[in-house]
Amino acid sequence: MIKRTILLFLVLLASPALAHVQPGEAGGFVSGFLHPISGLDHVLAMVAVGLWGAQLGAPAIWLLPVTFPLVMAFGGFLGLVGVPLPGVEFGIAASAILLGAAVMTERRPPLYVAAALVGLFAIFHGHAHGTELPPGQSGLLYSLGFVVATGCLHAIGIAIGAIHRWPTGQVALRIAGGGVGIAGLFFLWQAAT
Amino acid sequence: MKLPLALALLLCPAIVHAHLISTGLGPVYDGITHFALTPEDVLPVVALAVLAGLRGKVHARRAIFVLPLAWLAGGIVGASSRVAMPEALAWLPLLAMGGLVAADLRLSPTATTAIAAVLGLLLGGANGAAMAQAGAGLRGVTGIAAAVFVVATLASAGTVAWQSGWMRIAWRVAGSWIAAGGLLLLGWSLR
Repeated sequence: MIKRTILLFLVLLASPALAHVQPGEAGGFVSGFLHPISGLDHVLAMVAVGLWGAQLGAPAIWLLPVTFPLVMAFGGFLGLVGVPLPGVEFGIAASAILLGAAVMTERRPPLYVAAALVGLFAIFHGHAHGTELPPGQSGLLYSLGFVVATGCLHAIGIAIGAIHRWPTGQVALRIAGGGVGIAGLFFLWQAAT
Repeated sequence: MKLPLALALLLCPAIVHAHLISTGLGPVYDGITHFALTPEDVLPVVALAVLAGLRGKVHARRAIFVLPLAWLAGGIVGASSRVAMPEALAWLPLLAMGGLVAADLRLSPTATTAIAAVLGLLLGGANGAAMAQAGAGLRGVTGIAAAVFVVATLASAGTVAWQSGWMRIAWRVAGSWIAAGGLLLLGWSLR
């Protein structure tokens, strides 16, 4: 009777065979995809890039989504190889503040200024992803996941920015930009404390 | 009754196949599956097909035949010599092919054909060596080359058909994503 109970106990205690990585590790595309959209600072800044691109129109509206992933990947590369970038969290907060302000005021700088500003912020965001990436089995799929997620956030921003063609939409976009800027101030306060 | 059942449950656990070893359908299907489950191979093929498709039908027609043939030739060499591109360089085709698509470079048909040949030889060589080690040999490489042909044909046909206006930008964005993945893969390999 005791043996039978022990055997049944062992059967019931049998743990599942975890042949693959645990949840949360860099196991693949989905975990990488979820990484940027799980942080509000990244979400707001990336959507703001899309909103600003929509306000600026061509060629910025297509230049930003093509170049941003590459610059962000360079930032991620720096993070992965251990190159330090001081004040990453401040840079991310500043990206939300300045991009939000740019959308709120509908600032139209020369294209190279806009590209340089967004590129600088892309390095901060990429570096944060690169240093926050946990070790896992498929670095490529994880990386593609967070690059694609970032691109989707841009696309959402550009799609929302389509309302810029209507006067009411222009006001709504400015209000949204103000909201992103205020959120950026909150992120800055969080980074400082 | 319960005791033998409990013993059977304890003593006869199924083997956990964490990774695909064999499809059970033969080396050709093993090769096809290997290709389909290897993004380091699929993405450069898609990028090259998109690059050729963006340049037009002439480029696409050349690429879809040269790439699998070069892949097969590289595979034969790799399978016989077991010498191939180091795995640590897997980032290079991704970065190069994705970067070319993102830049939307105006290449000549000869240049596109040469790029397809080089890509096929490099990746085919790596596949051939891997297939030989796995025991799938040349039949495995043949399966991979067939899969390369199908993927390249579909991707280039889609690009030739849909590239007006926003679609062209979408293809370039996809290329930049592939290039970004390659750059990050380099970071992972150096980490």
